Amino acid sequence: MMAETVQNFSNVRRTRFWQRGFLASQTAYVGLALIVLIVVMSFASPNFLSAGNISNITRNFSFIAIATLGITLVIITGGIDLSVGSTMALTATTTSLTMVTLNNAGFYPFPGSALIISLLAGLATAGIIGFANGFAIAKLKLSPFVTTLGTLSIVRGLTYVATFGRGTAPAGPDKELFLALTSGKLAGMPISFVYLIIAAFAMWVALNHTAWGRHVYAIGGNEAAGKLTGVAVDRVKIQVYVICALAAGFNGIIISGWLGSAPANLATAYELTIIAAAVIGGANLAGGIGGASGAIIGCILIEVIRNGLVLARVDPYWQQTLVGCIIVAAVLVDRFRSLRSG
Amino acid sequence: MALLELHNVRKDFGAIRALNDVSFSIEPGEIVGLMGDNGAGKSTLVKIISGIYQPSAGDVSFGGEAAHIHSPGEARRLGIETVYQDLALADNLTASANIFLGRELKYNLGPLRLLRHRAMNARAAELFAELKSETRADDLVRLMSGGQRQAVAIARTRLSDARLILMDEPTAAISVRQVAEVLGLINRLRDAGIAVILISHRMPDVFAVCERVIVMRRGTKVADKPIANTSPEEVTALITGALEVA
Repeated sequence: MMAETVQNFSNVRRTRFWQRGFLASQTAYVGLALIVLIVVMSFASPNFLSAGNISNITRNFSFIAIATLGITLVIITGGIDLSVGSTMALTATTTSLTMVTLNNAGFYPFPGSALIISLLAGLATAGIIGFANGFAIAKLKLSPFVTTLGTLSIVRGLTYVATFGRGTAPAGPDKELFLALTSGKLAGMPISFVYLIIAAFAMWVALNHTAWGRHVYAIGGNEAAGKLTGVAVDRVKIQVYVICALAAGFNGIIISGWLGSAPANLATAYELTIIAAAVIGGANLAGGIGGASGAIIGCILIEVIRNGLVLARVDPYWQQTLVGCIIVAAVLVDRFRSLRSG
Repeated sequence: MALLELHNVRKDFGAIRALNDVSFSIEPGEIVGLMGDNGAGKSTLVKIISGIYQPSAGDVSFGGEAAHIHSPGEARRLGIETVYQDLALADNLTASANIFLGRELKYNLGPLRLLRHRAMNARAAELFAELKSETRADDLVRLMSGGQRQAVAIARTRLSDARLILMDEPTAAISVRQVAEVLGLINRLRDAGIAVILISHRMPDVFAVCERVIVMRRGTKVADKPIANTSPEEVTALITGALEVA
């Protein structure tokens, strides 16, 4: 059937398999660099591949990876969300405060109820922040950078207001359950890593196998074309910001579980690490390019470097400098590659 | 009965009257050339018919019924497809993804509705074969030539049973051979009973396939006559204003 429809391309060669698809993407290059780095690191430091250290790394990068998945969606549409760090903090704070309040009020109709209500309260807060961002950007046509810069400040301010600048710790009958679900282990893996795998798979399916994912890419590639072909551009944009905020909020809750409390300055400046991870993993800030695997590879790379520097007893102040160099290097490689292929 | 009818359509952009009481009708299966210099109002007219702009005054009817076309999606549901001048393609997607953008083929897997990649690619390949275009369904549009992009944009209009296709400069950026293919395609559309409005600067194209030509100048219709009763010289004079009214 295909043989009849395929044309005779006399002078047009098919691009080689490594010049197209996933293998030609920045994600693949960075993934390769990551493997090389892991091999080098395992020779340089015997402790690097120890079970304890691997568990450490998987837990640490899971702390930002779910939020990175969310922001990757936003970046694919050509937007940006600077408010993710603040959203993490306010969501964790809301969850903790709700648990404390329910405990003080003695409201505990059934086992687990305090946890469910608190999580819903926290995630609802995140959802509202995301909706506000998305509405301002999609409907009021405000610039994503300025809008979310504003939200960054507003949400962080609200966190301080709600806690008087102090931290809040989850308390009450569901505290143990809360800690188990956020910082526990499942089948030997940190539970945050399990959440990450589920979230990444869901995102991969959504981006590559649903019409919604196509529309996310189309908006980043050519928003006007999306509108002309009947894509619900505004709705998809709002959904993307809501998902991003929910992912960040969920990540914030996990961090607070691991810390055992939600300090008001939780995740301060995390937005920069999260955006860096997404960009290193191949998400293009101009829109239209990115994916779940790239987000995770970017997060792992940052964490492996951080971890490696610690094991090598390098002054931790070098970490930031090196992460910055890698961001530039990753986009430079991509730039050279696209120059070569015209 | 006319397929599309415009009655005294007017469009103002602030102080600029882009269209001044334009009226015409298109019969089913008719191929009409729409000509005029830059700024004559051709594109505005096309955008009103395809639902991007709303007329400031006047009536549009389609298929004998009054039509208020508020969006491109609504135009498509009525059976009006458009090939835009800038082609409206997303560079980062494949040809077949662009063709099916906004009306993807899906199957149900439990609660999920997943894309039918193969079916879409196969259908896109069929459309390209029909257009005799050397375009691969799963190639990225970013890597395509002007002619291939044009083929993608035209293939998109063939996806559903359109009754009217608007083509804004469909032959502006393609090779000589592909121009002949596009003109051949327009003839096949007529045989299938589909009406075409061809917006073009290229006199030979219009005279090769159109049955009627409408000439616009400064937002006003200055001529509307069968191709048989006019000549390229007369149309040129009408476009430039050397001849006031036909």
